Order: sequence, then structure tokens, then C-alpha cells
Amino acid sequence: MQIDFEHRQAAHCENGVTANLLRFSGVEITEPLAFGIGSGLFFIYIPFLMVNNAPAFSYRTMPGLIFKRTCKRLGIEVIRKKFSSQESARKMLDSCLQNNQPVGCQVGVYYLTYFPKEYRFHFNAHNLVVFGKEEDQYLISDPVMEGTTSLTDYELNRVRFAKGPLAPKGQIYYPNLTKNITPENMKYAIRKGIRQNVRDMLFIPGPIAGVSGIKFVAKKILKWHDKLGAQKTGLYLAQLVRMQEEIGTGGGGFRFIYAAFLQQAHKFIPDDKIVAISQQFTSAGDMWRDAAVQAAGIFKGRLTQRSDFVNMHDRMLQVAEVEKQAFTQLSKLKF
Amino acid sequence: MNKKDIPQDHSALVNYIRELCYAVGENGNYETANSTGWEVKTNALDVAWKDIETRIIAAKDKVLRGEASPVLFYMELRLMDMKILSGYTGFWQWTIKRHMKPEVFKKLSEAKLKKYADVFEVSMKELKMEHFNADRL
Repeated sequence: MQIDFEHRQAAHCENGVTANLLRFSGVEITEPLAFGIGSGLFFIYIPFLMVNNAPAFSYRTMPGLIFKRTCKRLGIEVIRKKFSSQESARKMLDSCLQNNQPVGCQVGVYYLTYFPKEYRFHFNAHNLVVFGKEEDQYLISDPVMEGTTSLTDYELNRVRFAKGPLAPKGQIYYPNLTKNITPENMKYAIRKGIRQNVRDMLFIPGPIAGVSGIKFVAKKILKWHDKLGAQKTGLYLAQLVRMQEEIGTGGGGFRFIYAAFLQQAHKFIPDDKIVAISQQFTSAGDMWRDAAVQAAGIFKGRLTQRSDFVNMHDRMLQVAEVEKQAFTQLSKLKF
Repeated sequence: MNKKDIPQDHSALVNYIRELCYAVGENGNYETANSTGWEVKTNALDVAWKDIETRIIAAKDKVLRGEASPVLFYMELRLMDMKILSGYTGFWQWTIKRHMKPEVFKKLSEAKLKKYADVFEVSMKELKMEHFNADRL
């Protein structure tokens, strides 16, 4: 049994699943549009959550939110189910496939056999689409892969019931579309997406999130250097770079995808200012990448002077300023 | 980033995935293109793995010195922490902490040892590290 499902590669798994599932239901949507409508762009530093001995950083919003928000803003109902028993999780999946409905699955990466070993950490918020079953093999459309793959019943069950933080608990989801999505619906959703993103990046109270989060980390780099030493700071910076560039961000910590979103939004919002703002996000992405090169010099041990850390600090403050300007202009856009 | 500047460096992804990047094409519009990797992030990943290796070796030495039970070593080897191990085994975190003491580990029932062996994907013999050979792992 195989559903006629179009696999399109995406930079990020959740965007890709969202866009691919919605396209299957007949909504004309791309990865950047899904990302922007879901207010995907973010920055947060989570000092009390240690991942591999370094604090957690994220350049995107919480896992699960992009799909939820994108559907909600387009007025589409979301069917989402978690399971306590592996048996009922399997039954539900099979019955969806019987009904010709491809489903999104949240899975853990550690036991995902088709990933390279170097990338298999205990990270539980990966997303993929199951779109068919042939004998013991489930047909898988993993948006970060170039083509479709397959997993055995055992393998799929194992990743669906991975354990640890953000355990997926066999979670499956799909959009339940009952009406046509008009360009008017799209425009409304894009506006909602941008509004919330402005709020997330500029106005969340506290120092760790949004633009102020970037500034906070910039200052922290110097404090880490003075208190914890160059090596430990290097480890933290390596984590920062990994979260910024690892599979799924499309490069530049999602800033390029967001710039692409604004460019595509121009079709629905004929205000030329939005194109200019898009270019600002492109330069923010470029600055993030230049900062990553500087960070690499530090954690490889090539740059060791305190001035090198100050340089990193300055670069991050500059990015924060560019993003603040860009979001301020977005907030003033009338549409 | 311009489309022609997308790095095509060697990385662990070669033979698995060429990941998708967003970049500006010649006419100023965003386009997508595949990349085999970027040296900078390969380096960042190497740092993370080196840290993991250091932790595994430290855990092994602790076990060999008799300061910890093999549970600690295999937990590190499988990149787990207490929370994750607790999730997979079903033991409380404080129980696992106890099981990390060599004297407690020696008295564990077969059923409990079997649970650890299954989660770590090793034989019972390997779990007890009786004939320990680190190079094999």
C-alpha cells in the first residue's frame, strides 16, 4: 500500500513535514512560507538545560509549534495523538495509511538507521512522514533526505518510542482540511506569523530570549572566558555553532529561510518594503556565518587571545542590532 | 549568502545526505541548492565528539579502578545521561545511581542486569566487563 505522496527535500524537518503534508491536502505552500507563518525564527539561550556538557541554544521556536501555528493560522484543524501503548500507536498509524492519509511522526534520532552515526544523538524532536507500508517496511519521507527511505516495523516503533527529554510517545499528526485555502487566507496567516515573530524577538520579557538573548550571550562569552577559561568557552561556542548550522537550519541559523519567507510573502503583500527587510535578514544570516568562522578559530585553538573573544562578542552585538532593526521595521509594516 | 558561495566541503554527511541550503541566486531571488558540508560546522561537531570520547575514557578508567560499575561506562558509551537511561530502563534515577556503585552492581539480579544489557545492546558477559577489551567497542 502506497499513497501518492510528493516528497520534497527541505532544510528543516518540521517545516518540511508541514509543507509536504499541507501540499498533499491541496494547499499551495513552500517550506519558507510554512516557517514564517509558524513564526519559526527565534533565539534563546537556556542556561539551565545542559546538552552534551554545554548550555542549550536555539535559533528556532519550540518543536511542534511550527506545524501547530501554521495550520491554525490557515484555519486548518490538526489531528494529533500520543500513545501510551506501542500496539495502539501502530494500529492508529496503519489505519491512517489504509485511509490514504500520510501522517507526520515525531521521532528520536539516536536509533534512526539511515542517519550517519556522527549525527545520531539522543535528540527526540525530529519529524518525518510515513506514507505507505509494503510488507514489513514502512515508506518514509524524511524531509532532510534527498529521496524517500524505509524503516522496518521494529525500527520505526523504536524511534517513535525513543526516551529522554521531549520523548515523542509515538506522537502522530496530520492536517484535516475541509475547505479551500484562498490567497486571502494566506495573507491573513502571513500577517499573524509576522506579528507573533516580532513579539517573540523584540518583546519577550527577561534577558535570555529574542534579540536581548543574543546580546546576553555576547556578554556571557566574555564572562565565560574570564571565569571558565578559553577551552570551556570554546566548547560552548562549538555548541552555539552546531545549533546555528547543523542539518536543518538552511544555514545562518534559519535567517536565510526567513529572508526567503519574506521574499515569497511579497506575492501576497504588495509592499516593496518587505523585500528590503528580507535583504536585512540575508545580511543577518551572513553575519552569523562570519561569526561562526571566528568561533571555529577559537574552539580549534587557533585564536586564543582575549581580544579574539572580544571580537566574537562584538560580532554578536552587531547581529543583534541588525535583527532588532529588521523586526522593528516589520512591526511598522501596514498590511 | 550567494548561491555560488555555498560551501561544498567534505563532511560526515557525504554518502548519506546532501543537505538543502537557501541562498540568493543571480537575480536576487532566494533559491535552494544542495551542500555536502561546511568545514566550520564539521569542526564544531568534532569538538562535541572529542568531548564525548574524553568522557567515555574517563568512565572506563573509573570502572577499571573499581570506583564505578560498568553501568556508568555503558551509559557514556551510548551517549546517554541519567534521565535518558532512566527512560529506557524504567529504573528511577536514584536507583541507577546506586547501581553505579560496584558493590551494589555485583549483587544485582539477573533480571535487572538483563534490562541494562538490552538497553545497552551488549551481552551479559560484556555488561559485567569480566574480560574487558576496550578496543572492541
